Amino acid sequence: MSKEEKKVNRRDFLFTASYTVGAVGLGAVIWPLIDQMNPDKAQQALATTEVDISQVEPGKSITVLWRGKPVFLKRRTLDEIAEARAVSMDDLPDPQKDEERVKDGKDEWLVMLGVCTHLGCVPLKDKGDYKGWFCPCHGSHYDVSGRIRKGPAPKNMEIPKFEFVDNNTIKIG
Amino acid sequence: MSDHEYVPKSKAGKWFNDRLPLLTLGSHLTDYPTPKNLNYWWTFGGILTFCLLTQIITGIVLAMHYVAHADLAFASVEHIMRDVNYGWLIRYIHSNGASMFFLAVYIHIFRSLFYGSYKSPREVIWIIGLLIYLLMMATAFMGYVLPWGQMSFWGATVITNLFSAIPLVGESITTWLWGAYSVDNPTLTRFFSLHYLMPFLILGLVVLHIWALHVPGNNNPVGIEIKKPSKDTVPFHPYITIKDAFALLMFMILFAGFVFFTPNVLGHSDNYIPANPLVTPAHIVPEWYLLPFYAILRSVPDKLGGVILMFGAIFILFVLPWLDTSKVRSAVFRPVYRQFYWIFVADVLMLGYMGAMPAEGIYLVLARVGTVYYFLHFIVVMPVVGFFEKTDPIPMSISEPVLSGGAEPALAKKDNDKI
Amino acid sequence: MIKFKFKNFLTSIVAIFILANPLYSAESEDLLKVKWSFKGITGKFDRASLQRGYQVYNEVCSSCHSMQYLSYRNLGEPGGPEFSEVEVKAIAASIEIEDGPDSQGEMFTRPGRPSDKFKSPYPNVNASIAANGGAYPPDMSVLVKARPGGSNYIYSVLMGYEEPPAGMILDDGVYYNKYMIGKKIKMSSPLTDGIVEYSDGTEASVDQMAKDVTTFLSWAAEPELEERHKTGTKVIIYLVLLTILVYLSMKKIWSRVNSEV
Repeated sequence: MSKEEKKVNRRDFLFTASYTVGAVGLGAVIWPLIDQMNPDKAQQALATTEVDISQVEPGKSITVLWRGKPVFLKRRTLDEIAEARAVSMDDLPDPQKDEERVKDGKDEWLVMLGVCTHLGCVPLKDKGDYKGWFCPCHGSHYDVSGRIRKGPAPKNMEIPKFEFVDNNTIKIG
Repeated sequence: MSDHEYVPKSKAGKWFNDRLPLLTLGSHLTDYPTPKNLNYWWTFGGILTFCLLTQIITGIVLAMHYVAHADLAFASVEHIMRDVNYGWLIRYIHSNGASMFFLAVYIHIFRSLFYGSYKSPREVIWIIGLLIYLLMMATAFMGYVLPWGQMSFWGATVITNLFSAIPLVGESITTWLWGAYSVDNPTLTRFFSLHYLMPFLILGLVVLHIWALHVPGNNNPVGIEIKKPSKDTVPFHPYITIKDAFALLMFMILFAGFVFFTPNVLGHSDNYIPANPLVTPAHIVPEWYLLPFYAILRSVPDKLGGVILMFGAIFILFVLPWLDTSKVRSAVFRPVYRQFYWIFVADVLMLGYMGAMPAEGIYLVLARVGTVYYFLHFIVVMPVVGFFEKTDPIPMSISEPVLSGGAEPALAKKDNDKI
Repeated sequence: MIKFKFKNFLTSIVAIFILANPLYSAESEDLLKVKWSFKGITGKFDRASLQRGYQVYNEVCSSCHSMQYLSYRNLGEPGGPEFSEVEVKAIAASIEIEDGPDSQGEMFTRPGRPSDKFKSPYPNVNASIAANGGAYPPDMSVLVKARPGGSNYIYSVLMGYEEPPAGMILDDGVYYNKYMIGKKIKMSSPLTDGIVEYSDGTEASVDQMAKDVTTFLSWAAEPELEERHKTGTKVIIYLVLLTILVYLSMKKIWSRVNSEV
C-alpha cells in the first residue's frame, strides 16, 4: 500500500466515523421529541378506576369513564346469559365464547369498553338485531355479550383488564 | 447569483430544476465562494441558525403541553417539568437556549463592529440583522412572561408601562396592550400568540439576511474585497460547513453544561414563585441579555427621557453605517478605532453590570457615565476617528498580506492573532 | 493559534456571565453551607435522608405548607425517596382525599391513591393566610428553586432561630431569624429535638431534621436532578468525542488548501 492510499483511507475513516457518530446523536435527540407526545406520567398513573356496582339491578347497566373512554358495566339476567351462551361459534365473525368474556363465577357482570371496533363511536344499548348494542355511526350490531354479529366492525368489543375488589366494587385497569 | 450556470446531471433533476430551481439554489449554497481567512468569530452565523431552529422545535413541543391561562400557566409548566416525558429536558433547552441565542447574537454583532461588516456594501445585511435582534428581544421578553411567575408578571408590568411614557396616548396604548386594567389573563394569551408567531418572522428575516449576504459575499478579517471565486476563497461546503460544525459542537458543550448542570443559574429564583399582583419582588431585573438597555433606562431621571434613550440606544445602530466615516473596514488596520472599540465593549459590559445592581449611589453614577459614553461612541467617536485616523497599510489580497509599499509581511497576520 | 483564539473566546464568555449575573449577597447574612450529596456533576440524593425528610414534612411542615404539584406516586419514582410500591400505597391510603361529585352530585372522601396530588392543609390561599396570622405559608413544591441560595437558604432558615438582639422589638407572632431577609419571620421555629421519631432509628436532632427535610424539598423542586446529571454526563462525553472527530476531519479537509484553520 502506498503512502498516498493510506492517507486516503484514514481520511475516509474519519469522515465515516464523524458522520456515523453525528447520526447516532441526531437519533438520540429525536427520541425525546417523539416520546413527549406519549401519555405522560400523570396519565399513566390515572390508569385505574374503581366502580361501585351495588346499585345496579339485573338487566340494567351503567357507564363509567376510564382513560377517557366509556366502559359499560352490565348486570345481565340469567336469560341473557343463557342466550349469549347458546350462540353457535359459526355465527360469529370474531368467534369467542361468552365465558371468555366474563370472570368465572361472576358471569352476570359484563365489563367492556363501550367503543365500537369499527371507528370508535359509542354504541347504543338495548338496540339492534341482537338485543345487545347497536352503533349508530355505521350500523354495527352487537349481542348481549358485546360480540359483533352484523355490520362493518371487525371485532368484538374489547374487555379491559379488571378485577372484583369485593362483591360491590370493580377495579378497572 | 452563482458565477457559473448549474445544470443538473439527471434528466429528472433537470425537469424539476427548470420548473423550480431548487437544485440551482442548493448548488449555489454548497459552492458559495467564501473567504478562506475567516476566523472563528465568523462561525456564529451558523450557530445562530442552530439556536433559532432549536428554539422553534422545542417551543412547538412546549406549546403542546403549556396552558396559556393566568390560573393554569404556572401549574402547566410544573406539569411539563414533572410529568411530560423528557419535559424537563425540553423546557431547560428552551429556557437556556434563549440565553445561548443572545450570547451568540452579541458575539455576532460585536464581530461585525470590529471588522466593519456593517459598512458599504453590506448596510442592508446589517439593518436586517438589527431587525432580527429587535424581534429576538420582543420574543424573549414575551416568552419570559409565559411561566407566569413573579418575574414574568412584574417584568411584563414594567415593560408594558414603558409605553405609558408616550404623551397623550400612552395610557390608552398600555391598556390596549394589556387588554385589561393591569397585566392579566388577556395579556398572557396575546403574548403567547405573539411569542409563537415571531420566531417565524425571524426565520423569514434570516432568509433575507443570508440572501443579502450572498450578493456582496462575506466580509473577512482583513476587510478587503476579494475576487470570487479565486485562490482567496474556498467553496462553502465542505470547508466552511465542517468549520461551522466544529465551532457549533464547542458551543453545544457549553450549552449542554448549562442545561444539565446549572439549568437555573441564568434565570431568576423569583420566577418560581407564582405571579402575585399584590407583591412586587425586591429586585426586579430583566434577563441578563437586556441588562445594558435596562441600565440606560434607569439612568435617566425622567420617564419619557429614559424610554427614548433606551430605544435610541438600539436605533442608533441602524444609522451606524453612515456614522462611521472610515474608508478602512477592519479594525485590524485601524489602531485608534481599535482602542475605542475595546472601550466600547467594556462600556456595554459595565452597563450590563449596572443594570443588575440597584439604581442608587455609585451604581447610578456609573450607569449615567456609561450611558453618555455609549452615545458618544456612535455620535462622536465613529465619525471623528474615521476622519482623522491614520490607518495601517492594507494588504493587496488576503493570500498575500504583503504590501507593495514594503510594510512587514507579518503585519496582517500578527494583528489577526491578537483578536 | 487555535488555542490562543479559544482562550480569548472562553474568557469572553466567562466574563460576560460573571458580569451579567446579579449578585445579591450584600444584604443578607452569609448562609450556612452544607456539603449536599446532590450537588456537583454526579450528585445524587441520599435515599434514607429523603425518606426521613418526607417524614419531617408529613409530620411537621404539612400542617401549614402545601406541596400541590407533587403526587404520592412521586414518592416511589426513581431518583426520589424510592419508597416501595406497597409503602407508597399505604402513605396515600392514610390520607383522606375529597373526591367527587358522585352520581348524586355530592362530594365525598375516600382514602388517597398514588395518583392523587399531595393534600393541601387549607382549601385555598386566603384560608391559609387567615389561619397563619396574615402570613402565607408558601407552597413547598418548588420552594428551593424559588429562593436565592436554594438548599443552603432553607437549611439556614431552619437553623437560624435565635434570641433577638437587644433593642429589637418583635410583634406578637413574629420571630427573629438571622437568615431571613429583614431578619423577621412569621413562622415559629418548627423543629425541636425529637419532634419526630425516625423509623430508621436515626437520632432526630434539629440539625439532622433540617438537613433531611431540606434534602426532601430539594428533590421535590428538582425531581429530575439525578436523571439530568446522568444524561448530562453522557451528552457531554458524546459531544467531546464528536468534537474531536469533527476537529480531525476539519484538519484533513483544510489541509487541501493553503490556509490555516
